[in-house]
Amino acid sequence: MSALLAVEIPYWGQSLLRVLGGIVAVLLPAGTIVYLFLFKMMSFMQSRLGPMEAGPFGSMQLFAEVGKWLQKEDIVPAEADARIYKLAPVIVLLSTFLLVVVVPFGPDAYFVDFSAGVFYALAIGSVSVIGILVAGWSSANKYSLLGGLRAAGQLIAYELPMVLAVVGVVIQAGSMNLQDIVVAQNSGSIFGWDGVGFPFVLTQFVGFLVFMIAVQAELTQVPFDMPIAESELVSGYMTEYSGFRFLIFFIGEFATAGVFAFIASVLFLGGWGVPFSWFGWEGLDDVDNWMNIGGPLIMFTKMLVLTGIIMWVRFSYPRFREDQLQRFAWKVLIPISLANIALTAIVKVAV
Amino acid sequence: MWAEPSAGYMHRGYEKLTEVRTFPQVTSLINRIDWLGSFANEVPFILAAEKLMDIEAPPRAQHIRTILFELSRIANVGLFLGDLGVQMGAVTPVFMAFRDREYVLNLIEGATGGRFHPNFDRIGGLKDDLPKGWIDETKQVMKKLRRFCDEIDDLLFGNEIFQSRMRGVGVIPSDIALQYGLSGANLRASGVEWDLRRDQSLPMAWDKVDWKVWTHPDGDSWARCWVRLQEVRESTKIVDQLLDTIPAGPVMAKVPRIIKVPEGEAWVSTENPLGEMGYYVVSKGDLGPFRVKIRSASFNNMSIAPWVLKGVYVPDIITILASLYFILGDIDR
Repeated sequence: MSALLAVEIPYWGQSLLRVLGGIVAVLLPAGTIVYLFLFKMMSFMQSRLGPMEAGPFGSMQLFAEVGKWLQKEDIVPAEADARIYKLAPVIVLLSTFLLVVVVPFGPDAYFVDFSAGVFYALAIGSVSVIGILVAGWSSANKYSLLGGLRAAGQLIAYELPMVLAVVGVVIQAGSMNLQDIVVAQNSGSIFGWDGVGFPFVLTQFVGFLVFMIAVQAELTQVPFDMPIAESELVSGYMTEYSGFRFLIFFIGEFATAGVFAFIASVLFLGGWGVPFSWFGWEGLDDVDNWMNIGGPLIMFTKMLVLTGIIMWVRFSYPRFREDQLQRFAWKVLIPISLANIALTAIVKVAV
Repeated sequence: MWAEPSAGYMHRGYEKLTEVRTFPQVTSLINRIDWLGSFANEVPFILAAEKLMDIEAPPRAQHIRTILFELSRIANVGLFLGDLGVQMGAVTPVFMAFRDREYVLNLIEGATGGRFHPNFDRIGGLKDDLPKGWIDETKQVMKKLRRFCDEIDDLLFGNEIFQSRMRGVGVIPSDIALQYGLSGANLRASGVEWDLRRDQSLPMAWDKVDWKVWTHPDGDSWARCWVRLQEVRESTKIVDQLLDTIPAGPVMAKVPRIIKVPEGEAWVSTENPLGEMGYYVVSKGDLGPFRVKIRSASFNNMSIAPWVLKGVYVPDIITILASLYFILGDIDR
């Protein structure tokens, strides 16, 4: 099996695989999240069945929905800045694709191996703000504009605790390379016991919490969905969008949820790896080839758990008020994550 | 921030329409005023007509009337509790509210034949007696409703975000509330202990059971919602106690076949789900009323909107309006 996988693939073949892999890595989580959580979990929480007609247990419902959206008219408001208006959803989805590039799914199953992968991920993660701001601005609609501005303010406010939460992990791993962070967690040991490796969620639990809250806000999911608050702003920056452009926003929302969950699992939950001691691996080079298949599956499972939590919160919480939301970021999350960094650094130096 | 409610877009002319209806026909009209608690709309009108005719429903009819009245309060305010969440982006509570309101509607349907518009109350009593097995079923449903109240208490009222959105927002002091003629839970949430079920003696069964008027000293959005939650709980207790004590006997008093209401004027108001609802009925001795003035709760409750919405944040408008709880049909009639 490993000999089969170790076959030399030409460069164009590798590139093609990466393109296909990238599409799968973005769209498969998005589709799974939408079906599993948005359709089914939400329905069961609300004592209904959800879609049941299309396919077994409504599993093909998503394709029906996509078909519906593709058929709808692509409306551009007369006053809108048409070119930018059309471009905006693409920017949002593009940022998701750029983000997934950095995530490692296995010892060799990665797209790009940046030495400063964390830095890249957090930088690219904020590109979607531009798309959202531009969407709101170019729609020539007061609700869109307000939604876009709220989104910009919110994403910038929550970018900071997210970055600060990750710094703790970077200090502990001693590297900004995501692959190294995975290896550090799986080859590590807790007081000499290496049965489960050393996932950073154990020491960085505060960071993990802050990171997940910030992710919730970055995704504008419910307690933080002020930009699209439907009882105030119709649908925020998406108000004027219809048809496949709305679909792109929609996919972008859930694909980004999946990708952020990937990153969170890499940073805090040990990523694609299994504890290296189980198979006697010493480092990255010893890892068996089958992890290139097993790694993505492990990642996918962890992603489902994390997005499950995100969606669970989304379906059961009411939303913040705009000022409360900003106050929560600046007065609660940022001080907590700064204290976390200080503590991590002190312990790191001391130990 | 500044707001002015502009009523009249749903005006259906009920006051005028009653003048060309006979007395028994009016109930089918007026139970569409507050469409979530329809049966409660019929009661004060029937009581006013009975007052003019100087007849009183038999005790069994009074009990069943009160039970149905409280059931329509539960159906109405239960939905409000779920709707609160959806106004603030929490989608789940509203489905729970719809799920459990369904049980109450089934009960109302079982007893009256109509889910939303029972048209069951008659001058001198009720159209029919209760069906077989209804009492046991109602007791089961009341248990479910109490569980629903606990669920909402946990899911919404216990939520920090909900509290931070509601507490201290839209505060109405008791003197302002009285000046604007607020009634119902909106008034009680401002600390005024005022409940028409207790404070006046009507031929209904509220004085025969043990219950409590809930008030809250704060007068903010939180208080209004909390008082309503407690009232749903209290209503289930009222229903439970009444079910145990329904007297035997007829459900209809002796009334003439063709109802002619003697000349005179009568005002009867009751504590409806939304607040005080009253009918001022003027009769000239004909088959139908000469003039009916409807005092509906939402109209007066909404009159405070310009005062309470002055200078609040835009997102707070949602919570304040939701907590004032109005029904459009009840504003315009």
